[in-house]
Amino acid sequence: MEIPYTTEIRKDTGLYNAKVGIWLFLASEVMLFGALFSSYILLRVGSQEGYWPHGWLTVWLGTLNTMVLITSSITTVMAWASLKMKNFGSFKFYHAVTLCCAVIFLCIKSYEYHDKFIHNEVTLKEGVFKEGNIADGHLIKETADSITLEGRIVKDRKELFNLSTPFFGHPKQEEIEIKRSDIVKMSNYGPAHHTYNAIYFTLTGLHALHVIGGALVIFYLWAFGRKMWETDPERFTNRVEISGLFWHFVDLVWIFLFPVLYLL
Amino acid sequence: MSDQTHSDSHDNVAHHVRRYILVFVALLIGTVLTVWASYIHFQTREINIAVALLIASCKAFLVAGFFMHLVSEKKMIYGILGFTVFFFIGLMGLTLWSMGDFPINTITH
Repeated sequence: MEIPYTTEIRKDTGLYNAKVGIWLFLASEVMLFGALFSSYILLRVGSQEGYWPHGWLTVWLGTLNTMVLITSSITTVMAWASLKMKNFGSFKFYHAVTLCCAVIFLCIKSYEYHDKFIHNEVTLKEGVFKEGNIADGHLIKETADSITLEGRIVKDRKELFNLSTPFFGHPKQEEIEIKRSDIVKMSNYGPAHHTYNAIYFTLTGLHALHVIGGALVIFYLWAFGRKMWETDPERFTNRVEISGLFWHFVDLVWIFLFPVLYLL
Repeated sequence: MSDQTHSDSHDNVAHHVRRYILVFVALLIGTVLTVWASYIHFQTREINIAVALLIASCKAFLVAGFFMHLVSEKKMIYGILGFTVFFFIGLMGLTLWSMGDFPINTITH
């Protein structure tokens, strides 16, 4: 059975069906991310004065990822334009770049996630260090008796929340060796550490899933699209346009995630 | 281009390509501006937030308007987006409205 309106225009909508479908889907996506953004607002406004973190993420990595996604957006639209100009080779090139950008984005995000999971806040017994009883930093060594952090020791937990991070991150910090017997509580910067981490992992995790989904579709069109291009080029071009609309939406979400999570 | 009745001639698409490149450059500049503005200490943090969101909104307009071709779409799409904007504003509005309903001394961290 032939699917109707894959290329021809419906009189009532003025569009082919997939175009209406993807926009309805994107509308539901706006509400999905909107709900999470409103949760972010609620958590941020409801947090105790001075205890909402600033500078917990590395700004230059976020900036780089933003530029990678913007680059992937233009290569996506250029891939579509190449098909409109009947140039399949050019389409293959631009979408190969899009896929590379998707992989780079996910690698950087994975590195950032890893960085959070090895970053620890350690509450110590009173009097272990004269500088304070909270150690904060990256876990660089672990033995049966002790752990070693690269970080700093603070008196008040509040000091950990406003880091005023320089663009390229903090310079190398001192190594602190801590006996396990001196540790009262140890928590990495995973989702359970703070509501900021919870919403950060939820928002960026959901976004990363969208990147993976979009990249898989683009890969499928890139790798197996030649046959349809040769038999029904207009339908193939429409498929590329639809996948492109989804990809641009993913870029659009990141445009708001970046300042909200990294800069503000 | 999204409009099937538009001319899809080589020249027409080539004209669009030039526009895409300009939008791409504008988006890169917007990103640099966002980062730069975040290091300026305005009088209050609220101004920093407003500036960052304003730049992000401009970037979003460029992506939606030109890469997603919303500047020249069919009425049907505008209709769908109109409903989306309505419900999105409602969602945010309800969130802000609920701010006054926090029980006293509620702390989320």
